[in-house]
Amino acid sequence: MSTATASRAKAPVSNRIGLGLEPYRGLKTTLCAGCGHNSISERIVECFFEMGIDPTQVIKLSGIGCSSKSPAYFLSMSHGFNSVHGRMPAVATGAMLANKQLLALGVSGDGDTASIGLGQFVHMMRRNVPIIYIIEDNGCYGLTKGQFSATANLGSTAKSGIANDLPPIDTCGLAVQLGATFVARSFSGDKKQLQSILKAALAHRGTAVLDVVSPCVTFNDHVGSTKSYKYVRENKVPLQSIGFVPHFEEIHLQEDFAPGTVYEVEMHDGSMLRLAKLEEDYDPTSRLKALDRIELATEQGQILTGVLYVTTDQPSFTEILNLDEVPLAQLGQDRLRPPKSALDTVMEELA
Amino acid sequence: MQAVNASPSGEPVTVPELEVVNDFSIHVATVNGSGSQSSNLVLLRALFEMGIPVSGKNLFPSNIAGLPTWYTIRASKFGFTGRKKEVDFLVAMNPQTAHEDVQSLDPGRAVVYDESLGLDALRDDLCFYPVPFDPITAAVCPQPKLRKLVRNMVYDGVLAALLDIEMEEIRKAIEKQFATKPKAAELNWNAARAGCDWATENLVKRDPYRLERMDGNKGKIIVEGNAAAALGAVFGGVSVITWYPITPSSSLAEAAQGYLNRFRVDESTGKATFAVVQAEDELASIGMAIGAGWAGARAMTTTAGPGISLMSEFVGLAHFAEIPVVLIDVQRMGPSTGLPTRTSQGDFLSAATLSHGDTFHPMLIPATPEECFEFGAKAFDVAERLQAPVFVMLDLDLGMNYWTADKFDYPDWDIDRGKVLSEEDIERLQGDWGRYRDVDDDGVPYRTIPGNRHPQAAYFARGTGHDEDANYSEREEDWIRNMDRIQKKMAGARKWLPEPVIEDGPKARVALVAAGTSHEAVREARSQLRLEYGFETAYCRVRGWPFSHATEEFIAEHDHVYVVEQNRDGQLRMLLRRQFPAIHDHLRSVCYYGGMPLDARTITDAIVDQEGL
Repeated sequence: MSTATASRAKAPVSNRIGLGLEPYRGLKTTLCAGCGHNSISERIVECFFEMGIDPTQVIKLSGIGCSSKSPAYFLSMSHGFNSVHGRMPAVATGAMLANKQLLALGVSGDGDTASIGLGQFVHMMRRNVPIIYIIEDNGCYGLTKGQFSATANLGSTAKSGIANDLPPIDTCGLAVQLGATFVARSFSGDKKQLQSILKAALAHRGTAVLDVVSPCVTFNDHVGSTKSYKYVRENKVPLQSIGFVPHFEEIHLQEDFAPGTVYEVEMHDGSMLRLAKLEEDYDPTSRLKALDRIELATEQGQILTGVLYVTTDQPSFTEILNLDEVPLAQLGQDRLRPPKSALDTVMEELA
Repeated sequence: MQAVNASPSGEPVTVPELEVVNDFSIHVATVNGSGSQSSNLVLLRALFEMGIPVSGKNLFPSNIAGLPTWYTIRASKFGFTGRKKEVDFLVAMNPQTAHEDVQSLDPGRAVVYDESLGLDALRDDLCFYPVPFDPITAAVCPQPKLRKLVRNMVYDGVLAALLDIEMEEIRKAIEKQFATKPKAAELNWNAARAGCDWATENLVKRDPYRLERMDGNKGKIIVEGNAAAALGAVFGGVSVITWYPITPSSSLAEAAQGYLNRFRVDESTGKATFAVVQAEDELASIGMAIGAGWAGARAMTTTAGPGISLMSEFVGLAHFAEIPVVLIDVQRMGPSTGLPTRTSQGDFLSAATLSHGDTFHPMLIPATPEECFEFGAKAFDVAERLQAPVFVMLDLDLGMNYWTADKFDYPDWDIDRGKVLSEEDIERLQGDWGRYRDVDDDGVPYRTIPGNRHPQAAYFARGTGHDEDANYSEREEDWIRNMDRIQKKMAGARKWLPEPVIEDGPKARVALVAAGTSHEAVREARSQLRLEYGFETAYCRVRGWPFSHATEEFIAEHDHVYVVEQNRDGQLRMLLRRQFPAIHDHLRSVCYYGGMPLDARTITDAIVDQEGL
């Protein structure tokens, strides 16, 4: 290839670790056309690419359901684990114990998280397991043809016309209460906001819960559903406009962040999360205020989006366990098997 | 009374009527939570230090305080340390059960009891020793609050006087028991001494039982099977333990945590080379262990029957996605909550094929603390070699009771991580590898571990149908090929499992097969059959599932093969029958399922009955 030819060729787009977009992509989706989950997969591809995340150091995990199929559709160079229904948090926890240097991305659904997996979801947050945990929330069980999930709103109707007669579980409210250290809600169709939140979550160390309202085009996108595209677009209240500046890029102050309206949160890796407050008194570091605001939005029938709660001073689970710098999975026999003198000591004690 | 005793050499030993030395059982009946465990352990240790082969079994209720509990100590100069069905020397400290305990004794036995219970009126064919426990205790323990705790130490002293237990060994055992509490040690020693002094002055020995120093415990230790298995895991290189509290396995995880804290915290950095997590339930504990195993840790969970039931779905996933993980099942009596503090071998069948669909899980079955240690270590190698869940099957009797054992041998083998491809391997293969390909024609595929930096190292683990390259597949051919390969892999599992221990003789037409803690009782039963009935038996103790060819040959060579086990339905026999259908008509059952540690007499009687001896 001559130099002249090379210069004429279109320069390959690559990120800071020299990878193009392709390794961040996955297989062709087998979900329904227009499914919100596919938009989320696209955002994951873009964000991981743009942030220059090494995909070989990512593990992507899921439970069972439509959402849980999606890890096949992104990050083809990452190890994946499609586990059992509702129990991905345990698998992810174990994997992070084995290798705390990995970056865990969990994808779950509302059935997977809020019903069968509620116990594991709760304890994952309580431990502050380092993971980005995305709930692709459509208020229904898609793969078994449209039954209500526990996040379906009271009075919301299924495609069959039956109305839901139970109140919903608010996964974000639960997350704030139970120890998640990063809690956000977004909408699969809000490309800009979801990207910003994902990037912020990537810099967080601890449990980052992202509840992404993601309409089911087949079973829950009709008049009467409160998680349809139309309903969400009309009732969504953005909490903040979010700009995220990765530490490996030059920091620009954006023109639209007026002085006094920018709230800065320093992330674990030194990067800054900048929250422009739409509401003057909103403080994302206050658990109490987050819960209050979530409740208020629920009362008003609104979907509150944005980063609802962040705290960066809580140790993650692998920090609490005081794990060796070398991942446990990579320890050799010299570190795994105590010396003979140790066994001799115990034998003397038992003699 | 004429006692015929079996010696391991096969020679009958006749003991004079007034002298039964180092061959009887002491049965202590107390109230749960009354501090009797300390006095019982002191007794056990004193006998151990006198060189007498001894075992101690705690027969306790599912309760913290208030319900009856028994502790049975077996002294046996012949080294038979299984439970003895007959109680020889009763210490009746519990008013609730005293009458029943006394009524159940054979004539000629001895009873030490609190004199206020007036038990001597119940029978006239026993040796009764009334002891005024309260005044003796009060004299050495001025604080009324503490009396309840040291009262039980008084019977240690009384027994020392009556049975010739060396008080010096009692003193040393008390010091060891209360090593960190010198005041408590002193108080307890005073109580024991007061009991001994009182008994020496006031009781006239009328029973035949006596203990004397011998040399049976040289180089031995006293240990619970759970602690032994925990040590095995630690020296086997466990790096992640996830568990949920459940009797009788909790003490295994706790012992492991203790040893790990001592031996696996890096001295220079203070960092742990392990993670122990008490999970929120068994669904999570097995899930974490599987996640850790997938990501390259030496991972295990510990549980009991109800936990096994809960873990079922996840174990099927690990079997099918081929993820190494060790499950230690300390079996207790089921079904359901069952008898949570009683022993059983009732999980063989469910563990062997846990989960839906065609599944198969190798088991290692230790019978002794030495094997708990060895198998507790080796199970990780087997799991990683086979890339599969592997069960280590203990039971409550083995796990929670004290056993004498030889000192454990430091592992003389290297840790085996199985077939793992590194970055260099993938490079050498130019990326041409598939997670579920049968490259070596042994059914065992190669795996990569998350974190492998080679761009072609990743694969997708899943419980859904997949082809050889781990792609999602619902194709009939892919499914069948995969299932057949896994079957082939498991058929080869026996190569990595411990061989059976076979004791055969040319005269034996009838044989016994057993596993786990049935061993001690089987040993003794064979001796009883030989000495009392002149009946020779052969014996095969299986230690792993799938079974070895040696087991098949052994069964084929004997006309009647009694499978001795501690469950109702003959689960071990069913597994033998499944693997060796052609010779299943050789198999007969001796099943005990009462929840007590198995005793020899139960086996002997069953075989005598079935053989028409």
